[in-house]
Amino acid sequence: MARTARVLPGFGPALGLTLTWLSLIVLLPLASVFLKASSLSLSEFWSVVSAPRVAASYRLSFGMSFAAAAINAVFGLMLAWCLVRYRFPGKRLVDALVDLPFALPTAVAGISLTALYAKNGWIGQYLDPLGIQVAFKPLGVMVALVFIGLPFVVRTVQPVLEELDIEHEEAAASLGAGRWQTFRRVILPVLLPALLTGFALAFARAVGEYGSVIFIAGNIPMVSEITPLMIITKLEQYDYVGATAVAEVMLLISFASLFIVNGLQAWAARRTGRDR
Amino acid sequence: MASARQTIVDPAARFETRAATREAPWVKWTLIVIALSFFALFLLMPLAAVFAEALRKGWAAYFAALVEPDALAAIRLTLVAAGIAVPLNLVFGVAAAWAIAKFEFRGKHFLITLIDLPFSVSPVVAGLVFVLMFGAHGWFGAWLNAHDIKIIFAVPGIVLATVFVTFPFVARELIPLMQAQGREEEEAAIVLGANGWRTFWHVTLPNIRWGLLYGIILCNARAMGEFGAVSVVSGHIRGETNTMPLQVEILYNEYQFAAAFAVASLLALLALATLGIKTWVERRAGRASRTIQDDASS
Repeated sequence: MARTARVLPGFGPALGLTLTWLSLIVLLPLASVFLKASSLSLSEFWSVVSAPRVAASYRLSFGMSFAAAAINAVFGLMLAWCLVRYRFPGKRLVDALVDLPFALPTAVAGISLTALYAKNGWIGQYLDPLGIQVAFKPLGVMVALVFIGLPFVVRTVQPVLEELDIEHEEAAASLGAGRWQTFRRVILPVLLPALLTGFALAFARAVGEYGSVIFIAGNIPMVSEITPLMIITKLEQYDYVGATAVAEVMLLISFASLFIVNGLQAWAARRTGRDR
Repeated sequence: MASARQTIVDPAARFETRAATREAPWVKWTLIVIALSFFALFLLMPLAAVFAEALRKGWAAYFAALVEPDALAAIRLTLVAAGIAVPLNLVFGVAAAWAIAKFEFRGKHFLITLIDLPFSVSPVVAGLVFVLMFGAHGWFGAWLNAHDIKIIFAVPGIVLATVFVTFPFVARELIPLMQAQGREEEEAAIVLGANGWRTFWHVTLPNIRWGLLYGIILCNARAMGEFGAVSVVSGHIRGETNTMPLQVEILYNEYQFAAAFAVASLLALLALATLGIKTWVERRAGRASRTIQDDASS
């Protein structure tokens, strides 16, 4: 880039402050995880992070996060569609409340969902006679993860849907396509990158989620323990190295998902012609 | 005010009035019913349940639970933690946005990714990192112990964890906003003789005020509501290191459900207030940008 004279002042102090604060609060603390975990040999590390109880927690965390993100992709898309395309009473209120999971503290969501799905709860009392138990079961983990993930899908799909060109749909209609055909062949391909981004964001958030899950999960070893809980359990036993090893696995997953989300967003930007 | 509201037409109308972008009424209403049922089941009911459970034993028990000394201490600590974390991240966010949006330098995208990092780290890991640094067996543990400074299982640790999890909020609101606004206005002010602070105060700040407010309220909501990260560093000492979300957990685990939900209801009210302000800000900001567009086109 050409070195043009900078008219605006303050670049040095602003960048300096940014880098200092970033290093002190985020980078240095995160580096401590990798430093601490490096005190283990590779085989010791592997035996900690692949222990049966920890492995069971990966299966639960990933499986339920995937299921919840998939449910949110379907219903989140539907909700975004209704908010953009249709007029109906109470729409503004619905639009505002979609962000509730961002604003409601996770612990509050956790105890509230547990109360709803317990055997005598508003929802649980109807599910119990059907033999469906949600609270204190793996299914409860999924319900909590659906709650916290919904806005990610709605809020990534909604703006793309709003800026969609009507002309494409009119062209499809004039060529004789039905609405379903137009949706599948014309709208969905444009929406797909945003939908996948929303899915990935919801999934990434779900894997790391703690507060809303621990109350409803029941936390039974091998059955309904999520991976973040394994870190807490190890910390409570003063097993700092073990906790750090599991944390390192989770951090690597976080970095991977960040990488994937960035790629998806770049794809979405190219596909829709919007800049980020 | 009323006339301003009338001019805002639901943008959905443009889809519903054209044959090419309209669905049959039964399709429309089926989709709406399914989407709203899902919305009610997963979002409305948990919200309603908080207040129903909180008031299960009546208003007297509700207020008694809120003025209980440990609950008051938890409210105070939550306000302290947010009161420190939000201004710190506000200053950082403005500085980061100024450097990133108004100047060109190498590695900018990488820096933005790093700033977003705390969003993708599990809250439990966010708490753990500070235990590893400042805990009894941490890097600085021996030194802190020798100087009788407590960070973990004390208020400083709670503040640190809160700063970490709320780190990106203000910066990520401001960066795209200030990038979109460019730097012509600021450059004009500087060329006309204003110094840097005056330019920021009189030119930049009025342009970003809605984005700034938006970032602050979201940052504050997360700061007051954070559970996982704070839980790891707090030690759960009643009346001393319990924030409101942790107090909710303790009461709940002691089967004091009505009291737990009473404290939870305060946090739910905070969430509703946050969403209310957020919606209001969005509408104001939307109207401001429309006025700018109208000015530009006229």
